[in-house]
Amino acid sequence: MLATLRGTLKERFAAWALRTRSPEPVPIVLTQRRVYVLPTRGGLLYALSLLVLLVGAINYSLSLGYGLVFLLGGLGIVAILHSFRNLAGTSLTVGAPAPVFVGDTARFPLILHNADARERRLLRLFLPGQAVETTDVPPQGSARALLPLPATRRGWLALPRVTIETVWPLGLVRSWSYAAPALACLVYPRPASAVPMLENATPPFANQQNSRLSSDSGDEDFAGLRRHQTSDPPHHVAWKTAARLGPDAALQTKQFSGTAAQALWFDWAQLPHGLDVETRLAILARWVLDAEDAGLSWGLRLPGRAIPQAHGPAHVHACLKALALYGEET
Amino acid sequence: MAKKPERPVHPLTPAQTWWLLATGVAACAPLAPQVPVWLAAVAAGAFLWRAALAWLRQPLPPRWLLILVTLAGTAGVLVEYRTLLGQQAGVALLLVFMALKQLEARASRDGLAVVLLAYFLTLAQFLEDQSIPVAATMFGTVLVATAALANLADAQGQPLRLFRLAGTMLLQAVPFMLILFLLFPRVQGPLWGLPRDAYSGLTGLSDTMSPGTINNLSQSDVIAFRVQFDGAVPPKREMYWRGPVLTVLDGRTWRPGNATLARDLPYAPVANSPGYAYTVTLEPHNKPWLFALELPETLPNDAFRTSDFQLHARKPVRERQRYAMRSYPQVEHEAEDDFTLAAARRLPGGLNPRTRALGAGWTADGSSAAQRVQRAIDFLRNQNLVYTLQPPLTGQHVADEFLFDTRRGFCEHFAAAFVVLMRAADVPARVVTGYQGGERNPVDDTWVIRQSDAHAWAEVWLEGSGWVRVDPTAAAAPARIEENLAAAVPAGDPLPFLSRQGLDWLREARFRWWAINNAWNQWVLGFNPERQLELLTRLGMDSPDWRKMTAWLAGLSGLVLLALAAAMLWRRPHHDPAQRQWLRLTRRLEKRGLPRHAWEGPQDYAARMAAELPAAADDIRAIAALYAGLRYGNTPPDALAMLRQRVAAFRP
Repeated sequence: MLATLRGTLKERFAAWALRTRSPEPVPIVLTQRRVYVLPTRGGLLYALSLLVLLVGAINYSLSLGYGLVFLLGGLGIVAILHSFRNLAGTSLTVGAPAPVFVGDTARFPLILHNADARERRLLRLFLPGQAVETTDVPPQGSARALLPLPATRRGWLALPRVTIETVWPLGLVRSWSYAAPALACLVYPRPASAVPMLENATPPFANQQNSRLSSDSGDEDFAGLRRHQTSDPPHHVAWKTAARLGPDAALQTKQFSGTAAQALWFDWAQLPHGLDVETRLAILARWVLDAEDAGLSWGLRLPGRAIPQAHGPAHVHACLKALALYGEET
Repeated sequence: MAKKPERPVHPLTPAQTWWLLATGVAACAPLAPQVPVWLAAVAAGAFLWRAALAWLRQPLPPRWLLILVTLAGTAGVLVEYRTLLGQQAGVALLLVFMALKQLEARASRDGLAVVLLAYFLTLAQFLEDQSIPVAATMFGTVLVATAALANLADAQGQPLRLFRLAGTMLLQAVPFMLILFLLFPRVQGPLWGLPRDAYSGLTGLSDTMSPGTINNLSQSDVIAFRVQFDGAVPPKREMYWRGPVLTVLDGRTWRPGNATLARDLPYAPVANSPGYAYTVTLEPHNKPWLFALELPETLPNDAFRTSDFQLHARKPVRERQRYAMRSYPQVEHEAEDDFTLAAARRLPGGLNPRTRALGAGWTADGSSAAQRVQRAIDFLRNQNLVYTLQPPLTGQHVADEFLFDTRRGFCEHFAAAFVVLMRAADVPARVVTGYQGGERNPVDDTWVIRQSDAHAWAEVWLEGSGWVRVDPTAAAAPARIEENLAAAVPAGDPLPFLSRQGLDWLREARFRWWAINNAWNQWVLGFNPERQLELLTRLGMDSPDWRKMTAWLAGLSGLVLLALAAAMLWRRPHHDPAQRQWLRLTRRLEKRGLPRHAWEGPQDYAARMAAELPAAADDIRAIAALYAGLRYGNTPPDALAMLRQRVAAFRP
């Protein structure tokens, strides 16, 4: 009950602190007016101890006791300033998060910049309820933190409110700030693990002469070597040949018969009826990945959209993105 | 709803363990001489144990063992002090906890507990001693504790960096400490009853006197009080600092009589006689009496006067107290009441038969009281009495044995024997204890009166003159009064260290040290509510009270905070010289209502400006080209000067 109340209050405060800025354009400068300071649990204990010490000094009329308490009190105030300075003035930009599959953990790269001549120590960044990333920012330099967030559904996963805090230098005071940079990570549908076509052999490639399943040639069908080009997938390099010929020899790429010829179409409409949307997307994602692994070319047809045949990482991304955003974009 | 992440438990790193150990040792070591040996040994053992475990990277001892040791330590304290609540027992317990917390500290939470314990132990030191070295130790301990605290927050911190950080922060905290020290409204303690064993370490005159009481003090260099004369200084032989007056002889022991409260001054200064104004800074001695030159005319605050001319505070003096006094060595007495005189004639029966016979013999020839007093002084002088710090032990008849057998004694023997003799001769007499003389510190012109200056003398009532001081010791050992203890006792008697001769350079150094100490005592340790009011008034605060102090406190602290924050947070924008010129130009154009857009580079902006201001187009283009060249290209060395010139000449 109390925890709930605290949680609610915290959310309220965070919302108020961010006000209308969410999401805000980068770079986000954590100006002094958006850095908040409160004692930590340890800081409260420290203050309480000082109070007891003060009572002791009064009771026994210990002049040096007053001196001690006042020195430590001053130290507490100075700790506030140091902690505040450690955070205030940091600016924040973002990097591009690598797309992930549903069920994986998205990692949002945040880049902290420090314009000051003083190192910023132990800045802690975290997303609500997530693990804490700690980083130092060198003087007049920058540092990158990867904020993890589990991807639970496909589509765009927006970066939630980021909390940046520090308890440096004494752990008695916590300075913190919120930032909500506009940043989203693309989440691909999770590829189906058991590909249905393996069992029922429904014709995903039915419109092809050589369905992937019935293919005897396929990518397994070695057709010779040619000179390596930078754009060739690494797993098609003839490593054994390279090892035999030594480091001075040019790399060779294995060629497979039918690779280019086997132009596949993965078609939404040809999946069995009765499958729901997510299952269809999962199956299509699996095919896309498998086809790329096999070095095939393929095209993707979704309702209202078709991606022409191609292969390579960019094509994989385009296809998976289309699957990820299926039904979300209009 | 995502749940809050678990509060992580950070196990202590080896470096943190060493820092905490250093903090513990720094806080405990100064207390070691005050606690029982076994406790110091237990604490040292615990520290060594922890150090060994850290060195060998062994796990901490099991919890049950620690609980057992804690219980044993607590029981030991209970046995030693018979309580757990007293001041000394409390300090001992803190020490036990600190030692065992070291062995139990696993996470950084425990680390904070160690640091806080260290603060409490530092405060505990002050109960015994608040001298300058102890204050220096305090800064040392706090420095180590702060560095340890910083290490808890930053496990990777290097020792040197941690020290520098802690040092910087403490230095920045000092202004706050000074302001708070000066302006925090002081409250006179205690807030509640203190444990019974508080102040047990204080020395001073007792309210009874038996052979050996004052002798005990004579070996002590501890300062009883300091005096600063305002104007004339009486000769040293006249410096009798009056303390407890003892009228009742009870076997071998002298006790105070039934003195009553004196509402008015029971004597008056003799007209035109010299008076001495001075200020006494009295060290706490846990007894109510205040010392003053004979005989005081004024009365300190919160004090009263008794009918035997003593000054009493309302409460035992438990902290350093400062009072201004005025005294007159020559006074006229009002008549003394019969009851007091009768008490001053009373002698217990059966004791000191020889002394009594001697005194009684003098009453037969009808001589006056004054003559009988003189006769007694002469008798003492002719008796070849030796003044010594090591008087032989005496039996029941103290005066008899001293006067006729051993003939060796300390001032208490002289005073007691003389009073017995006078009473036997039917002259009202009583013993006065206090201090005699003192030592002037030439550095700050303060007189220091030590426990070794404790003295006992006598007072006789002479009709017409009133109470007259007679110092029988002076009869036998005039040097004691004229010079000092060292001159009076036979060579070979052990003397308090500072009274020894032949250490002039050392004495000189000591005088300086005492002067510093005196200033410290007056201004730091003696900074009580009265002193605070006095100082603030002198600094110009009009009738200071806690409201004004708090307001000033808040205001000044706020100012310091602002100044510190400004110094720490101010960031000078860094521009290179070319950029500075370029910004000058854009500022000028901005005033014309043509600000540069955030996304515009110098060339784009220049092109736009040239279009907006065709008259200045050439200038603008030239400046932009120069600037772009300086910033991004390879330019001749005088390009900057040209840019500067052109920008200065540019008037859009």
